[in-house]
Amino acid sequence: MVQNIIDVRNLSKSFDIASKEPGLKGTIKHFFRRQTKSLKVIKDISFEIKEGEIVGFLGANGAGKTTILKMLCGLIYPSEGSILVSGYLPFKRKENFLKNITLIMGQKQQLIWDLPPIESFYLNASIYDLDKFEAKKRIKKLSEMLEIDEELFIPVRKLSLGQRMKSELLAALIHEPSILFLDEPTLGLDINAQRNLRKFLQKYNEKTNATICLTSHYMKDITSLCKRVICVHEGAISYDGKLDLLLKKLSPVKEILIVCRSEEDAIKLENSGFTVKNKVKNEITIKIENNSITSSLKSILNNFDIEDLFINEPPIDEVIGKVLIKKEYDI
Amino acid sequence: MNLRKYLKVYKKFLHTSLASELEYKANILVDLITAILSLVGSVFLLSIFFQNSGYIGGWKFEQALIIQAIYTILNGITNTWFNPNLTEIVKHIREGTLDFVLLKPIDSQFFISLKKLNPSGFLEIMLGFFLFFFCIRINQINLNLSFLTLSTITISCSICILYSLWFFISTTTIWFVKTWNAIEVLRSFLYIGRFPLNSFSFSLRIFFSVFIPIAFITTIPSEVFLGLSELWKILLEFIVASVFLITSRKFWLFALKFYSSASS
Repeated sequence: MVQNIIDVRNLSKSFDIASKEPGLKGTIKHFFRRQTKSLKVIKDISFEIKEGEIVGFLGANGAGKTTILKMLCGLIYPSEGSILVSGYLPFKRKENFLKNITLIMGQKQQLIWDLPPIESFYLNASIYDLDKFEAKKRIKKLSEMLEIDEELFIPVRKLSLGQRMKSELLAALIHEPSILFLDEPTLGLDINAQRNLRKFLQKYNEKTNATICLTSHYMKDITSLCKRVICVHEGAISYDGKLDLLLKKLSPVKEILIVCRSEEDAIKLENSGFTVKNKVKNEITIKIENNSITSSLKSILNNFDIEDLFINEPPIDEVIGKVLIKKEYDI
Repeated sequence: MNLRKYLKVYKKFLHTSLASELEYKANILVDLITAILSLVGSVFLLSIFFQNSGYIGGWKFEQALIIQAIYTILNGITNTWFNPNLTEIVKHIREGTLDFVLLKPIDSQFFISLKKLNPSGFLEIMLGFFLFFFCIRINQINLNLSFLTLSTITISCSICILYSLWFFISTTTIWFVKTWNAIEVLRSFLYIGRFPLNSFSFSLRIFFSVFIPIAFITTIPSEVFLGLSELWKILLEFIVASVFLITSRKFWLFALKFYSSASS
């Protein structure tokens, strides 16, 4: 049986936020008498993650995804509730716990700006107490997986964003952590760089059975990496489960564009009881429920003279967009 | 604490800092020229103060030069280690890159206090030592073992006090976010350390001994060199340095509980 590697129970986090009225009067008032209010950004959430799972955290900006990741890796103290990661209390930041995890943030970097990435790798290797031989071996292995070579010897400031992100990944993985926290790792990358990064993460997960917690606003990252998603809405979990179940629930119908041989066939099809979205000459678009798609298509092909047909999946971004604004999904 | 690991990491810090700094040759040259001009200017200023009367606060020009030498060595240490690292703490906290430091299996205070190094500060340290040996000669100071031990202790204590004060102020960034001004105020107070404490009024002497312990940083070590210091003062400096060092450490660990990391 696969063990739970992350166990979160009734977790909450509140921050004291300073609020300021607009204008000069507000500024002066704010300077002398700062008014703060306690804002509960994470509200009583509970979930478990199994070893080797890749879980995507979905939510609108400010929903609390990054705060959850930061509490999981021990950067922020929780206000209430409990977290166990790999058997450790994260906020105690014990050495063995830190050797087991890594955090990669798409918008922040740890590489030394003026030096080639290889220097940062060896520095990290010494921090993780790896000898030179072992560090060299791991750099070679990871650079092959990431498909970087010459870039290792070029100053970071001269690298493209994609090359820099790959180097950031290598720096963050040199100690071969078993839990990866990734906060928007593909932010700002072009399509090819995004694809390469996803390919690498998939490979890394397969090879090492590492657990990956990922936040991203690029739906392709989520759909190609995560079987399970946790949707966060205003600090609370609105859905925790399989991604394909969520997609089925959110988009229960498919649109099918059918090109008939003649306009008469199209008219016949229009009146045969299917839900028609629109019809232009011999082309007709109908909506069919996901669970009856095979039987419906079979009946159409048998009863009508069809030239061609296209099944259109609804855009994933549009579907997921619905999750970000809804409080709860009961599936 | 695994000492071997920390030494290995520090060796890497030295290597990466030197390599980073040596990328900008012109910058190093400018820093070197600034250090020389700053020392010449300070000695010139001191000589102007002593022009009319041979003594200030009971100190001769030749004796006051020792304070200048110690100040130059400490300023060199400040520019070599404290300035590049401790000012960076503010940046780490504001931009949230402290996250990377806190998630490394290494002491975070060690990491943020020693990661960087500015090699041009070395010249200032060398200039300070040069002036210092010159002062030993002109003041006809007899170098013996007890003298060397006491001077090493007092100078080490001075470094600890200076580091702790600076680190303490930088740590408050966790709550106040911007503390550049407080660090600038501390640096300008340190300039006062170039003059003997006795040259100030009684109230200022109290202020620079109790609130901002500049007196402990330069005057007491100088008195040790000139054989003017009393044992209680050396002991007091040692106690003050220990209290400052321990407090700054405790304060850092306490402050980290309030670290909320920058938003992304």
